[in-house]
Amino acid sequence: MSILVNKDSRIIVQGITGSEGSFHASQCQEYGGNVVGGVTPGKGGQTALDGAVPVFNSCQEAREATGANVSLIFVPPPFAADAIMEAAAAGIELIVCITEGIPIAQMVEVKAFVETTRSRFIGPNCPGILTPDEAKVGIMPGFIAKKGTVGLISKSGTLTYEAAHQLGVEGLGQSTCIGIGGDPIIGTTMLDLLQLFEADPETEAIIMIGEIGGSMEIEAAQYAKDHVSKPVIGFIAGQTAPPGRRMGHAGAIVSGADESAAAKKKLMAECGIIVVESPAEIGRTVKTTLNK
Amino acid sequence: MKIHEYQAKELLKAYDIPIQDGVTIEDLSQAEAAVDQVSKELGAEQYVIKAQVHAGGRGKGGGVKFSTSRESALENIQNILGMTLVTHQTGAEGRLVKKVTVAEALDIKQEFYAAITLDRSRGQDVFMVSSEGGMEIEEVAKTSPEKIIKVAIVPGFGLRPFQARNLARALGLEGAAAKQAISMFQKLYELYRELDCSIVEINPLIVTEQGNLVALDAKMNFDDNALYLHANVAEMRDLDEEDPAEVEAGKYNLNYIKLDGTVGCMVNGAGLAMSTMDIIMQVGGSPANFLDVGGGANVETVKNGFRIILSDENVKAVLINIFGGIVRCDRIANGIIEAVKELDLSVPVVVRLEGTNADVAKGILANSDVAIISANSFEDAAQKVVEAAKS
Repeated sequence: MSILVNKDSRIIVQGITGSEGSFHASQCQEYGGNVVGGVTPGKGGQTALDGAVPVFNSCQEAREATGANVSLIFVPPPFAADAIMEAAAAGIELIVCITEGIPIAQMVEVKAFVETTRSRFIGPNCPGILTPDEAKVGIMPGFIAKKGTVGLISKSGTLTYEAAHQLGVEGLGQSTCIGIGGDPIIGTTMLDLLQLFEADPETEAIIMIGEIGGSMEIEAAQYAKDHVSKPVIGFIAGQTAPPGRRMGHAGAIVSGADESAAAKKKLMAECGIIVVESPAEIGRTVKTTLNK
Repeated sequence: MKIHEYQAKELLKAYDIPIQDGVTIEDLSQAEAAVDQVSKELGAEQYVIKAQVHAGGRGKGGGVKFSTSRESALENIQNILGMTLVTHQTGAEGRLVKKVTVAEALDIKQEFYAAITLDRSRGQDVFMVSSEGGMEIEEVAKTSPEKIIKVAIVPGFGLRPFQARNLARALGLEGAAAKQAISMFQKLYELYRELDCSIVEINPLIVTEQGNLVALDAKMNFDDNALYLHANVAEMRDLDEEDPAEVEAGKYNLNYIKLDGTVGCMVNGAGLAMSTMDIIMQVGGSPANFLDVGGGANVETVKNGFRIILSDENVKAVLINIFGGIVRCDRIANGIIEAVKELDLSVPVVVRLEGTNADVAKGILANSDVAIISANSFEDAAQKVVEAAKS
């Protein structure tokens, strides 16, 4: 078992004819994922991945022709918001958007739009999802992960690789790794994924890697306190980050929460999360926790 | 991106929102003409001289002065233009004032606060008002949060008229002032949304003795992701208000933030970059910067990264921490060697490469003729670089 994607996922890639899209689509295919087609408006009828998969003009056509249930998006920022909504309207169950730099106001509307559909949406500005030995829907390098029982949730790309690497050093693997993205508005939150990992029989422990800004980690921790029976290991990056560099003060007033690393770690610990102080200790802490 | 108060007011004016008007100058030689223009065109007899810098708390720092006459206005312009203004947001080094606004002085009857920003956790914009205008809003939030009234804006629907009415009522406004407020709040949200602001803040929003609602101050920040949609806003960027090294880094698409420490860091990925700063501190050092070189680290990015990091004289050692995913570590290792040779570096460099072909990369570094300290793990790298910075 795993969450979100597995060997049965039928993946289409929106933006498959672009350089990023075609490169990463072939990487996903090489990893063993079932890439069944691509979408680029105006290029329907062509093929991609050296003739291996058809290109469609729309998500609707692609879904009807291929039975796709997952879409991976590499569309450039000015068109990405529309691409996400198109996938959701076409009934794609899981949408993963890698694109970085989508205007935030557009994402506010995308999030509201997707909530009116049955789709789940991950990202944007994220490395995507990797279920070891089954499927990769995103840009994570496949070698970093191996099959195991640790669920990995992270706001950051390379820090996800770091955590997976540390688990590997300890002889541990992952059920699924998910990079949720670090933008102010994202589709799927830490709390959502805690729910899924809690319900996944294969997952024994969950790593939650957050950072300064926003209150998502705190909301997830408060949920975990009463609803998650599996151990949750948390890390917050940005202890030394200068305050106020990312967001003006009005943002902090809205959430009413202290968004600093220290405040988040304190609240997480109070909710029973095992908080790791050093970013070099993530793997070791999981190992110790699982051995208890 | 941030802009100055006078620029924010230009945008408010374009949206037909009443502002305290004035003339902004960069040189003392323009002072007399500016005062005369404000006197003539705005009918002002009294003036407010305001320093234009990207920082709050200007009044407390001595960057805003009231003048009852032409002479005193000129004197205040002379004092403020060119001063180093220190506020709680500038840090101890302060900020050189390169522009001042000569504004009309208004008779204030009441002061309010109004702001729009994004509520990240709800995924909606929120319009906030408070009767406690002119104060630090953080202070109000702490001591009397009930005095901040918030209205959430449903995506795609804008600020509805009833919401604007509720906000005006929450401020206790009635009659003409209430009407003005309702219209102003709706225009303010239009501006916020159409220009992709991340924050619009009017503090204080005043009612004059004559009963008119006026934006006395204005602060606006913009979503960098959306600047490509708004050339007129992008043009307002003032590079004088930004750290020169950060501006330079931006030219190379590097994300750099200068800090106070002695250990320079070059890392791929923002989360790993922040963690690298954190671990340096945890092992007893202090990070000199945040630098995210992005996903595709190559010879050029490494070279540019070194140049930016070493422009800071406090840097005593540099740590390169790269987790190679798609990018192969052996290529990065060769890039580092080339950069170190070409730039003739004078500070020790500790390198930790992990990921694709990391073992090959370690071999390349070990066999090279440049003085690079190779590290085996994240922790090992931090310890080695902190040690190197101390010696």
